[in-house]
Amino acid sequence: MHELSVCQALLTQVADIAAARGARAVERIFIEVGPLSGVEPAQLRSAFAVLRAGSCAAEAILSIESTLVIVRCTVCGAESPTAPNRLLCGECGGYRTRVVTGDELCLRRVELRIT
Amino acid sequence: MCTTCGCSITPGNARLAETGSGTATVVDVVQDLLAANDRVALHNREHFDAHGVLAINLMSSPGAGKTALLEATIAALGDRYRIAVIEGDLETDNDAARIRAQGVPAVQITTGTACHLDAHLVHDALHDLPLAGLDLLFIENVGNLVCPASFDLGQHLNVTLLSVTEGDDKPAKYPVIFRATDLVVLSKTDLLEVLDDFDPQRAAAALRALGRDTPMICTAARRRPALGPWLDWLKMALARPRPVSPHLSPLAPRAPLRQVLHAPPRSLPVGS
Repeated sequence: MHELSVCQALLTQVADIAAARGARAVERIFIEVGPLSGVEPAQLRSAFAVLRAGSCAAEAILSIESTLVIVRCTVCGAESPTAPNRLLCGECGGYRTRVVTGDELCLRRVELRIT
Repeated sequence: MCTTCGCSITPGNARLAETGSGTATVVDVVQDLLAANDRVALHNREHFDAHGVLAINLMSSPGAGKTALLEATIAALGDRYRIAVIEGDLETDNDAARIRAQGVPAVQITTGTACHLDAHLVHDALHDLPLAGLDLLFIENVGNLVCPASFDLGQHLNVTLLSVTEGDDKPAKYPVIFRATDLVVLSKTDLLEVLDDFDPQRAAAALRALGRDTPMICTAARRRPALGPWLDWLKMALARPRPVSPHLSPLAPRAPLRQVLHAPPRSLPVGS
């Protein structure tokens, strides 16, 4: 249940951003979570529901964008969507791939109420 | 992560960074959620590099044999390298006591309910270790194949144990941690002769399917000759040059080491 730790880190970042702009409240938080980040969006939502209480994001909506796992083959250059536990090239079947998307775990946008 | 500038914009999320919405004040940010942890991890790594210490994060499920492997490793290499261990467990300092019995410093972190170590916990523990006199630091993470994978501790290398009693499909079931590892150690391989449902080749294939050329070696911590490939890998890792951060001042020890070694395990008031 490391999502509690991740959510705490998220709320700290959001609070810093809100404080720096003198916001009265946070209305919406956009984050991205890829399947290879090791974080489960449903667990993160549960953590958020608990941890946001009393914070500047107490009324905020948490929008989670889940990304697809896409790998690029370093041998044939093909890009292919795939499963998190099968990061092989969809064209040539090789294992020499790089993850293009799918390992994101980041804060993307915060919407604030200033006045 | 973007391979050009290191930012977090990928083809999958670029459109999110371009659009705004509604009447609220919109603040677009590009920040990894674990940025605060990563900053401390970088700081830890600078300490390791400043002292020429190789730091290895040892991960596995509970009971895979991490501590047994460390005991055998210290017995085999303790007279050649100066070794220390940071132990992570939810409760007890049993593992640290086992390590100290081998004659090397060990700091126990008891996490309470937290399911993983993070960079802050490791940084606190570093104050209790004589980094200047070490060659090799093992950080034995909490036994867990899920949560430790998400937290950089500042280590140079990740090693993940997979015991042959667990099942050869573990890399397919836990791709995040096995994808992040630099070496997979098959442990308890002396039991293979009585286990007909673990095929090391299947485990290797599941590992390869994660898009990595990760080496996998067999060990049996209770049989010294079977440790050879693991010890050879360690010696190679120790011999490899590592970056040096010459401008970092050494960590000030908060208490004499002798006292620390007999201190009770530290506890955290809050869970994960």
